[in-house]
Amino acid sequence: MAHDTTSRHDAPPETGAPGDRLNRELAGLDALELGGGTGRRLLQRTWSAAWPMAAAVVIALAAWQAVVWSGWKEPWVLPGPRDTFPVLWDQVASSRFWKAVALTMQRAIIGFAMSIAVGVVVGGLVSQFRVLRRAFGSLITGLQTMPSIAWFPLAILLFKLSESAILFVVVLGAAPSIANGLIAGVDYTPPILLRAGKVMGLRGLNLYRHLVLPASLPSFVAGLKQGWAFAWRSLMAGELLVIIGSTTSLGVLLSQARELNATADMISYMIVILVIGILIDQLFGVLDRAIRGRWGLED
Amino acid sequence: MTEAVTAAPSRTAAAVRLRGVSKAFGSAKTRLLALDQVSLDVAPGEFVCLLGASGCGKSTLLNLVAGLDKVSAGTIDDGGARVALMFQEPALFPWLTVTANIELALKMRGVPRPDRRPRAAELLDSVHLAGFAKKRPHQLSGGMRQRVALARALALTVDDTDATQGTVLLMDEPFGALDAMTRDLLHDEIERVWRDRGLTVLFVTHNVREAVRLGDRVVLLSSRPGRVVEEFPVPMDRPRRIDSPEVASLAATITDRLREEVGRHGA
Ligand SMILES: Nc1ncnc2c1ncn2[C@@H]1O[C@H](COP(=O)(O)OP(=O)(O)OP(=O)(O)O)[C@@H](O)[C@H]1O
Ligand SMILES: [Mg+2]
Repeated sequence: MAHDTTSRHDAPPETGAPGDRLNRELAGLDALELGGGTGRRLLQRTWSAAWPMAAAVVIALAAWQAVVWSGWKEPWVLPGPRDTFPVLWDQVASSRFWKAVALTMQRAIIGFAMSIAVGVVVGGLVSQFRVLRRAFGSLITGLQTMPSIAWFPLAILLFKLSESAILFVVVLGAAPSIANGLIAGVDYTPPILLRAGKVMGLRGLNLYRHLVLPASLPSFVAGLKQGWAFAWRSLMAGELLVIIGSTTSLGVLLSQARELNATADMISYMIVILVIGILIDQLFGVLDRAIRGRWGLED
Repeated sequence: MTEAVTAAPSRTAAAVRLRGVSKAFGSAKTRLLALDQVSLDVAPGEFVCLLGASGCGKSTLLNLVAGLDKVSAGTIDDGGARVALMFQEPALFPWLTVTANIELALKMRGVPRPDRRPRAAELLDSVHLAGFAKKRPHQLSGGMRQRVALARALALTVDDTDATQGTVLLMDEPFGALDAMTRDLLHDEIERVWRDRGLTVLFVTHNVREAVRLGDRVVLLSSRPGRVVEEFPVPMDRPRRIDSPEVASLAATITDRLREEVGRHGA
């Protein structure tokens, strides 16, 4: 095979020195080693990602409809998709709904940003100091498994029924995952790369900037993704438990719908909560894949 | 008195001086003596090839000289020289492009920003990878990654004043993953860089002919524990050809000695 390539490269008229020819032969070898590009077309990729999702949605709707048709509950207690989606549509067209979404998302963003700040500081410190690691390492993992709703009684005592109470629980829910992602990333920086960095003279801040942080980025993003899931759950629990004055949030809408026995509205809000959670999770998924692809971690 | 006088010049005569260097791994129970009482002088500007069977402690030795590990006993004196090490694995940063990997090494050697890109391009050209600057390491083959690692190691021998004289370049089986043709080309290249920049090179290899092709001196190590068995000066003029009869004949002698050494373990 290699002979074919070299002769093909020899074909153009000889102009350069023998060195040039060697260069060209090497280029031929390298081209062989690299092989052809295997970039699948975007359309094809989107389709192969989209159809299982679409199928899952169809199956879920069918199951829901089947339960309704079975006559297990009266239709006003458990309405079917055909009664619910018009209600969802009306909701989406109302300004009250969007105000609620805006408030909830504002809390989510603030809470998540604070979680990142806390997670990075705690994770950074713990990954740095062995004493802190021994003291807090397993505590952080323990916090991760603690159901965030268990924090609410304390949060309400500390902060009354306020935004702070909700944020407190969101941060406690999300920050441990983010901290753990960072700690794991720092821990699993490949030792051979650390040695290479040392030979280059990377030390202190430079070591972090050029080696440890980029090396731990994939693990950190995985931590963010998990942290988001916890933040979103904690936020929804908080909005159901901590209802502040006349504010309108998705949680408030949800509990009002329950009080009014408006099941179709309730299910609409649940669908919205689910969709927002999935969308943001997908966003992190995209980020995660982009980084893993860049780092060459994709198989 | 006389001792001090004779010792003084020989101190400056070695770029790297190992005296009774031992290295043991593991705890008291699982103790493994990788290197035992290795003494070796490498003169400034000398090209020394280290030869030995797999597992005899060659990488360990280079790591010690590079200051990545601590000796268990003995001393290593490099007179504060700048040391560059090319690992047995490419050890490139996967998040950086090929050129950025090299530019980072240049940055750490104090090369000002505007000069880095062109210097990196020159280095890549010298390992015949000019067209791959924008690729990421995982997009290259193993042999190509090794060549990038070589370019990066060469970048570490550079500094802003270009006073590379006195840099010690340690190379750990740099060409193990390469096909013969590429390897021959890089032999020429490494020899050129060594001569032009006045580097001191300590080059580890399994390949006896490669050692004879490149070295001023070939140092044979025994296995378990690693000791210096014998040193072979290489008298042939440069440039040598790896397939020349002179290289082949000295290589045959050294191979016999190596076989004898390995055979002692079978007995
Ligand atoms: N970190 C370590 N811990 C324990 N043992 C080690 C360690 N590093 C090396 N060794 C042992 O020391 C011996 C020498 O290893 P080294 O990697 O230096 O061999 P080498 O000559 O470079 O081999 P090769 O030619 O296969 O690369 C081996 O027996 C190895 O198992
Ligand atoms: Mg080795």
